[in-house]
Amino acid sequence: MEKKIRVLVAKPGLDGHDRGAKIVARALRDAGMEVIYTGLHQVPERIVEAAIQEDVDVIGMSLLSGAHMTLIPDVMELLEENEASDIIVLAGGIIPQEDADRLREMGVDRTFGPGTRTDEIVEYIRSKVLNRN
Amino acid sequence: MEILSRLLDGDRRAVARLMSMAENDSPGAKKALAELYPHTGNAHIIGITGPPGSGKSTLVDKLALFYRTKGKTVGIIAVDPTSPFTGGALLGDRIRMNEVALDKEVFIRSMGTRGHLGGLALKTGDLVKILDAFGKDIILVETVGAGQSEVEVVKTAHTTVIVEVPGMGDDIQAIKAGILEIGDIFVINKSDMEGADETSRELDAMLDMNPENSGWRPPIIQTIANSNIGVDEVVEAMDQHMEHLKSTGNYHKRIKARTRVELMEIIRDNIHSYLIESGQDEKFDSLVDMIVNGELDPYTAAEEFVKPIKE
Repeated sequence: MEKKIRVLVAKPGLDGHDRGAKIVARALRDAGMEVIYTGLHQVPERIVEAAIQEDVDVIGMSLLSGAHMTLIPDVMELLEENEASDIIVLAGGIIPQEDADRLREMGVDRTFGPGTRTDEIVEYIRSKVLNRN
Repeated sequence: MEILSRLLDGDRRAVARLMSMAENDSPGAKKALAELYPHTGNAHIIGITGPPGSGKSTLVDKLALFYRTKGKTVGIIAVDPTSPFTGGALLGDRIRMNEVALDKEVFIRSMGTRGHLGGLALKTGDLVKILDAFGKDIILVETVGAGQSEVEVVKTAHTTVIVEVPGMGDDIQAIKAGILEIGDIFVINKSDMEGADETSRELDAMLDMNPENSGWRPPIIQTIANSNIGVDEVVEAMDQHMEHLKSTGNYHKRIKARTRVELMEIIRDNIHSYLIESGQDEKFDSLVDMIVNGELDPYTAAEEFVKPIKE
């Protein structure tokens, strides 16, 4: 059986706007991927634990609350603690450029801002995962 | 094998990786599963099935939580459907499993059916074995939202729990063959909704008509899983069912029936791979052409195809 790309889509933090995350989750599903959707208000510990148990290739996080500079670094640190830094981390939502740059330094693979086309995300994940294996 | 010793040492990443290997039928997966097999056979495997929206995931979350307070470790396999059109899947059972998601003694894995019918994925049994070998005391297997024929979970589970909701239809629905024949325990969830007592009575009447040969009368338990009401009763019934299986010799019977099905499936799988791998796919294609062209019938073609195995 061919390998399927598995992606965890999570909404860390307190904002309740999951429409974007759901649209991305659906686009990834329609592109033939297995999407594990964990719902709202996820703490970093839960995201990392789920990513490990589900053996995902990619973690995609959506944040609109402005808490990205605390929550995403926590996720990166926990991944490292659990020797799971090989998992590709993507972030979406409202993330200013200078924050995006700092997140990339911490190991976030890429950030996607508002207006990104879903097929761009699909293609990015596909090429990233295929090149990694 | 390295991955196996890491798994037996308690490494969660090794567990997750081996599960992916099994799901993808990766090289080395069969060998690892073969070596893992002697470490299995200790868990109580419980299947949770029922129609979409009946509250299976929420119940599983609460059951896991209750088992944890009793000091048991828990594994959960949650199966959701794969799209037959795109091959993709949205696996959303974790949304309702938040209570136990931070407990390191609970291992949750989501699976897409990947084209398999019957309520489970083809490799669900393998993933259950991995959790069993990993030392989980209780393994909860949640099927896809099931209708009347998704009964495959009985081949994997020791105890099968059917989750219904009030107002599921008239009493003719309840005596239909299939899903209602496989329940060891019936749960009427969301029982604060209208019609819970009526649904209980209808199920009860249906169970009265079952031939009493196993010595186990499936209990009917009303729950409101969301508010944690009735969950303790379900756990108690599941424990009693296991005691019943062991004290009557039915445990051995179930294991034997399950092993029979499992071995047959693996043999079938091996024959299939053998035929494909031995360069027969060209022969397969040419047989298809001959059938389409009216030169051959599919029955004779199949005989022809499996000839190398018979020899």
